Amino acid sequence: MNGRQRMAPAKGDDGMMNGMGTETEKMTETEENVMIHIDHLGKVFETADNRVEALDDVTLDIMKGDIFGIIGMSGAGKSTLVRCLNFLEKPSAGDVIVEGRSLKSMTPAELRKQRTRMSMIFQSFNLLQQRTVLDNVCFPLEINKVPRKKAREKAMELLGEVGLSDKAGNYPSQLSGGQQQRVAIARALASDPVILLCDEATSALDPRTTGEILDLLKKINETHHITIVIITHAMSVVTEICNRVAIIDSGKVAETGEVLEVFNNPRTEAAIRLVMSSGDREVSRISGEHLIRAVFSENSSYEPVIANMVLRFGQPVNIMRADTRDIGGTAKGEMVLQLPGDEGVREQMKAYLIERGLAVNELSSMKELEERYDG
Amino acid sequence: MADFFEEYGTLLAENTGITLYMVFASTLIAYVIGIPMGIGLVVTAKDGLHPNRIVYRILDVTVNIIRSIPFLILLILIMPLTKVIVGKTYGPSATVVPLVMSAAPFIARMVESSLLEVDHGVIEAAQSMGANDRVIVFKVMMKEARTSLITGATIALATILGYSAMAGTVGGGGLGNVAIQYGYYRYQTPVMIATVVLLVAMVQIMQAAGMKLGKALDHRTSG
Repeated sequence: MNGRQRMAPAKGDDGMMNGMGTETEKMTETEENVMIHIDHLGKVFETADNRVEALDDVTLDIMKGDIFGIIGMSGAGKSTLVRCLNFLEKPSAGDVIVEGRSLKSMTPAELRKQRTRMSMIFQSFNLLQQRTVLDNVCFPLEINKVPRKKAREKAMELLGEVGLSDKAGNYPSQLSGGQQQRVAIARALASDPVILLCDEATSALDPRTTGEILDLLKKINETHHITIVIITHAMSVVTEICNRVAIIDSGKVAETGEVLEVFNNPRTEAAIRLVMSSGDREVSRISGEHLIRAVFSENSSYEPVIANMVLRFGQPVNIMRADTRDIGGTAKGEMVLQLPGDEGVREQMKAYLIERGLAVNELSSMKELEERYDG
Repeated sequence: MADFFEEYGTLLAENTGITLYMVFASTLIAYVIGIPMGIGLVVTAKDGLHPNRIVYRILDVTVNIIRSIPFLILLILIMPLTKVIVGKTYGPSATVVPLVMSAAPFIARMVESSLLEVDHGVIEAAQSMGANDRVIVFKVMMKEARTSLITGATIALATILGYSAMAGTVGGGGLGNVAIQYGYYRYQTPVMIATVVLLVAMVQIMQAAGMKLGKALDHRTSG
């Protein structure tokens, strides 16, 4: 599973084979592997009596082969960000460089052509209601003037891939939400894109269907070598399939990095809050002083670390919450502990946990956090 | 009863034909003008595909002005224009001119409202696939709004039928003319009733057929 994680993209990836020649050879390896470079992006919405800064100086690199999660609370600006990636929304500042080409400097026609290389799926599926499933999948091919017969063949093939061959003649209204999203995925793949943008693609689905759609996206990432950008408000989506993540808070990138790294050691308030939320459970239920969050990895869960710690220091700790998660195929235990009042013991306990390979984050700022979000 | 039909049957049949000619001819021409206007309103609106304040304002104001002139007044007002186009100011063909003039803006508004009903997300999806504006208007908006457009056309037909009867009273021909000439001036109430029955029947048939067609072509609801 780590194959995807660093996909070493790109040596031997098709993108490179196109022989970009001497120019690229001069570039550093990282630059070659960048699929989308988001460069100081800003977006301001202005109405007569209001000015909203939806994005503020966002800079990110999304690598070839990534499943890149962009996560944030609602209103954080993530939907605006994904719409700026294909210029459905024109940024007010900055640029988006896809495969080395600046979207800002493209003519409308060039931009339309570029968009066929970066497909998009949506929370509400957005299928054409008056066309059959097959005709929906054919639609992007129709736009690209692919002959009808060839388009149908390809569409049938893609419907097979998403497991809906038998629904080709049906209309979207006759399908369940999960099936509609599968059709949308097949439609998105029809133009042979190199990037798939997912805007809250699983937010309208139940947990089981969400899992199935995420598995399908993962499979597509591997078999079609498509870079996937996932916009979501659910950490579970990120931990399940993303290898890298950016946390967006109030239009800014709060934190970015490998999912495991961000999960183990969230550094910012926004990150802590998102990392600790899962599904409907909100972090705000936990409050108190001297809280820490400890993350176990697979091997550390064999030893009864907490019990041993309590025995060793002779002071009780309060377990506020315990959870296990599957992060990119690795089992992770997560615990929120309330440590004793004695500062000396607290420091020793933290050291003890770190020594045993646990990641420890202070949640001392939790109270302020709650006040800030709930207030 | 038999006597009545013997005496007026031909007259009524003939004038039903004239009314149908006026209604369908003017609806058709009004749509040829109204559809582009409706599309223009949607495309150039503030949140449209190609916002253009000037074009939008011109279309918007033109439509509003014409729509606020009562049909009978419009009919008289544009008689000089009718004469230029048709060559005379009376008769069925001459009536088509004011009918078109009056119905086109009305149709433009109905087309506009039908197109605005199309889910913005679907349009966004098409844009994300690289569709140009022409594809979005004709293959996405018009097709998704099909049922609403047909319902609109049904309403337009019934409205134009009503206008045509009105035009008939001032020399336009058709059933309205029969009603006024025979029913009113000659006090022949049965003729008046017969024209009303025919007009009601026409509206009913158009309405039923339009709804049925619209429903048959709608795939939004399952089944």
